[in-house]
Amino acid sequence: MTAAAMDYAAAAPVPSRQGRGHLRIVIGMAAGVGKTYRMLLEGHVEKEAGRDVVIGLLETHQRVETARLAEGLEILPLRKVNYRGTRLEEMDLPGIIARHPDICLIDELAHTNAPGLEHAKRYEDVEDVLAAGIDVLSTLNVQHLESLNDQVAELSGIRVRETIPDALLGRADDIVVVDLTPEELLERLRAGKVYPAERIDAALNNFFKIENLSALREVALRQVAEEVGQRRFAAASNVGSREETIASEAPRAVAERLLALVEPYPAAHRLVRRAWRSAQRLGTDLDLLWVRPPGALSAEQEHSLKALRQLASMLGARLIVEESDELARTIAEVAKRQRTTYILIGRSRPAHGPGRLRTPLPQRLMELLPGVDVRIVADRAQRPTEEQE
Amino acid sequence: MKTQSAPEQSAPKPSGERILLPFTNQAISRRAFEAAIRLAHAEGATIVPAFLARVPRNLPIESPLPGACAIGMPLLEAIEQRATAEGIPVDSRVSRGRTYRDALERLLDQEHYDRVIVSGTDSPRQGLSQDDLAWLLGHVAAEVLILRPAPDDASRITATGVHGHF
Repeated sequence: MTAAAMDYAAAAPVPSRQGRGHLRIVIGMAAGVGKTYRMLLEGHVEKEAGRDVVIGLLETHQRVETARLAEGLEILPLRKVNYRGTRLEEMDLPGIIARHPDICLIDELAHTNAPGLEHAKRYEDVEDVLAAGIDVLSTLNVQHLESLNDQVAELSGIRVRETIPDALLGRADDIVVVDLTPEELLERLRAGKVYPAERIDAALNNFFKIENLSALREVALRQVAEEVGQRRFAAASNVGSREETIASEAPRAVAERLLALVEPYPAAHRLVRRAWRSAQRLGTDLDLLWVRPPGALSAEQEHSLKALRQLASMLGARLIVEESDELARTIAEVAKRQRTTYILIGRSRPAHGPGRLRTPLPQRLMELLPGVDVRIVADRAQRPTEEQE
Repeated sequence: MKTQSAPEQSAPKPSGERILLPFTNQAISRRAFEAAIRLAHAEGATIVPAFLARVPRNLPIESPLPGACAIGMPLLEAIEQRATAEGIPVDSRVSRGRTYRDALERLLDQEHYDRVIVSGTDSPRQGLSQDDLAWLLGHVAAEVLILRPAPDDASRITATGVHGHF
């Protein structure tokens, strides 16, 4: 840590909800959609409304329109940082705190700072600015959200290293989504409005593909919709502070967790697929449970179990295998442990002999797990199909 | 249906024949599907539709692939429903690899298949390439049936064929 950073640390503002600044995040699917432009527009609106607005950090990416829009707003000087012989420019956190404007525009929330500054990440700087009672307007690309990183990497083949915790988005007072159709963004890119001419071809051949952009756009819109949904719930429940509600009780109160009961036989795959689709719709996790009777597995079961593991792994579900001959009790134990709210069971084979006298499994589970939904999944393959292309 | 298996170390061969029907995209050729159904009917075999997915090189090979699964799972469902309606037993599979060929190779390493049915294509973007098919012929112990590209390849089975809620 540099001497200036140590001085700052000693006098760092103590975060408190009271008097904390207001955080507004402008989110978009990719570079070039107009997040920074929107941030600057809002800065001008605030200034015209009589507020003291400064730019703490601006990345114009050599975009003429963006640079022009920054004119008329006070831009705070950057700090020069020497790192391994290279001179870097970083946002001046102590300078912002000392200047203490009403509102500070800070671009690129997910940026990683040069070593030796107060914090490793810019979003941590922003926390300090907010704690000092300064409102912050910042920008973020959706792929920088930690929880979406894997999903976006899979969709686009590109993994970003700079991420921010999702909780930060949850703590934002306002989220503004800047939306553009993929076609419009590509048009802007080709017109040289996103990158300089020499970078356009590379961008078009790599990240800026219509399928990537469509997928990212969907992710961005869904993310904002989920945030809005969570906030609505939190507002309705009116329990504790807003922050506490979003961070803890509210998600737990609405969260579903699915448990599908499987056996290593081909028919289980259909049940798993159905359970996965349900989990996707509910935006929740899926556990698969096989209560394995004691004893060795047949070769056929070994194979089916391997295929089931492969399916679970690809779907991102968790396969739990418990050895027991007490089916209902073991299921109930696992369901309690996993905080299951919803159990899916395939249709069981007709019982023979004394088995016919036993209470059916769904009923036993309902008795053992009050408050947990039990769903019997029909074998829809038995229904007549329609000719569809 | 359950098939009996003979004990074997790496890839035990079930007594009932198994016909592998690999696919990579949002649809499979209806000709390939119907060929598999005809063969399965004639030989009392099980169809094994297998969804092959590519894992980007920057991700671990065991990574979950929800995006790919959103395409593959409904199609597996559609294939399974159609095959079951024809009275054909189905035992579906999924496999990941760095390439489609890699995914197919991993699948073939794990289990024995008597036949593999694939549809040849003129388009290099439609899953298994000509090179992959040549590799399949040279390296797989199973009987490989490659359907020549034909005008009616446009007729496909897609996820829209899923009947009812899925």
